[in-house]
Amino acid sequence: MKERSRGPNILPGFGLTMGYTIVYLSLIALIPLSTLVLKTTGMGWERFWQVVASPRVIATYRLSIGASLAGALLNSVFGMLVAWTLVRYRFFGRAIVDALVDLPFALPTSVAGITLTAVYSTNGWIGRLLAPAGIKVAFTPLGVIVALTFVGLPFVVRTVQPVLQELEPELEEAAATLGASRLQTFRRVIGPVLLPALLTGFALAFARALGEYGSVVFISGNMPMRTEVVPLLIMTELEQFDYQAATAIALVMLLMSFGMLFLINLLQRWSAGRHAV
Amino acid sequence: MQSDEGEIGRLMRENVAWATAPDPAGSVRRATTEPPWAQALLVGGAIAFLGLFLFVPLFAVFGEALRKGIGAYAEAITQPEARSAIKLTLLTAAVVVPLNLVFGLAAAWLITRFEFRGKNLLTTLIDLPFAVSPVIAGMIYVLMFGSQGWFGEWLGAHHIRIIFAVPGIILATTFVTFPFIARELIPLMEAAGTDEEEAALTLGASGWQMFFRVTLPNVKWGLLYGLVICNARAMGEFGAVSVVSGHIRGLTNTMPLYVEILYNDYQFAASFAVASLLTLLALLTLAAKSVLGRRVARPSSEQPRPERSGKLAA
Repeated sequence: MKERSRGPNILPGFGLTMGYTIVYLSLIALIPLSTLVLKTTGMGWERFWQVVASPRVIATYRLSIGASLAGALLNSVFGMLVAWTLVRYRFFGRAIVDALVDLPFALPTSVAGITLTAVYSTNGWIGRLLAPAGIKVAFTPLGVIVALTFVGLPFVVRTVQPVLQELEPELEEAAATLGASRLQTFRRVIGPVLLPALLTGFALAFARALGEYGSVVFISGNMPMRTEVVPLLIMTELEQFDYQAATAIALVMLLMSFGMLFLINLLQRWSAGRHAV
Repeated sequence: MQSDEGEIGRLMRENVAWATAPDPAGSVRRATTEPPWAQALLVGGAIAFLGLFLFVPLFAVFGEALRKGIGAYAEAITQPEARSAIKLTLLTAAVVVPLNLVFGLAAAWLITRFEFRGKNLLTTLIDLPFAVSPVIAGMIYVLMFGSQGWFGEWLGAHHIRIIFAVPGIILATTFVTFPFIARELIPLMEAAGTDEEEAALTLGASGWQMFFRVTLPNVKWGLLYGLVICNARAMGEFGAVSVVSGHIRGLTNTMPLYVEILYNDYQFAASFAVASLLTLLALLTLAAKSVLGRRVARPSSEQPRPERSGKLAA
């Protein structure tokens, strides 16, 4: 489509759409986001450091990152499995299962939060079964992982699925005729092709989990130093009208998110490059 | 243990047998699939995982909602507070979705039809809300319009409320949902190309005629797809709205917020009753998505366009 730029462009609306897009983005996103940065620079380095390196804040970073990683890992393993079964096998209800994978995108997070809490509390449908084994999920860090697994569930499935669909059967046939077992074929032939998509899905699920608030707030129990995640602490500071502390913590988090976004962009470019070959 | 030659020979025979067999589901297994027991195991594992995280919670919403019977359910969702929450949710979506529709069309037109400096940056900026935590999305409006915010004093002096009021809810929801329609349209408009639009202009169509008669019909299914998703997110946003709403009952509660309030009041059945409405909306969205997704995937089935393949070859 690049040849278009060579000739004179006769299509109308450049000025109109450019102006509208820039004004809209500025009003809705850029100016409001810049308040966050300006508010933080106004507070001075010492106070900033005092806030973001306090033990309670560090504990929330640790839990947020740890639980998000755990959720993204769970989603990588099982998301791969789900994508594989959806693409390769025909079973009863496959179309419905395929559609339902997107449920965490469509379900409001507060609904997800109260439901997961109900299901995983000690008298809930699943929590009841785990309780005799001494496993408590709701109101523990494990509950945070459950919620973050839920919100990140579609990402790996939806990044791996199309790659798996487009995979040429000839590759596997060649491997099979050369005497490879199915496991060998998967490890040496299919796995490397899927890797970029898998990593992208992992990073997306991780980034989504890092900022998640709604589904975590109910199941975590919100105990400082133990089950408090970063977005929740920001919320707590806001409710106590400590806007400076809230913005400082938020800025650190925003930087982490942008780092992830950058990484995801790189991964997608890598993935696209591999795909084009 | 067979020798390597024997193994390869067997695999080749199997392949040939499969390739020549009239029925792929015949007795000979294809060399590029797994034995039935492994398939059953993998499907079982996938379903078990989805069961734990998706299916059981999905059923639980309705189970908990109907725990106190259908009468209590009906009462919970027709309470005046529930009705005002439903109204505010509908109002928010009714304002936010058209705003983001116009933005999505403008941004997609700009990005797919023109070359300019900073285009990559602009494309990245459209993804911004995906990287920002919903809590931060709400907070930035508090920093601007809250009582301690940039415009707080001026707004206070003029008795205009944005934070802890409906405008704040609309702003925060707009921020969270602005990428959806644009992102859906950009690849489709890119793929549709500009030939038909240029032809329309050459034949004397005005810019708007071209837009409504050529551009829009070409992307209509994708546009609808984006609208459905944007609407679902606008109605369901919780984190960002939670920060700016102030939780004023009957005034600034959307349905997802009302679910939280009822839950924190230990009115579990009522909370799940309202939650079940949102879950139904989510299920409807998924159904629409899967129907529209199929239409987007094969838009050419309606209007075969042989000239495109010719252009690719040239």
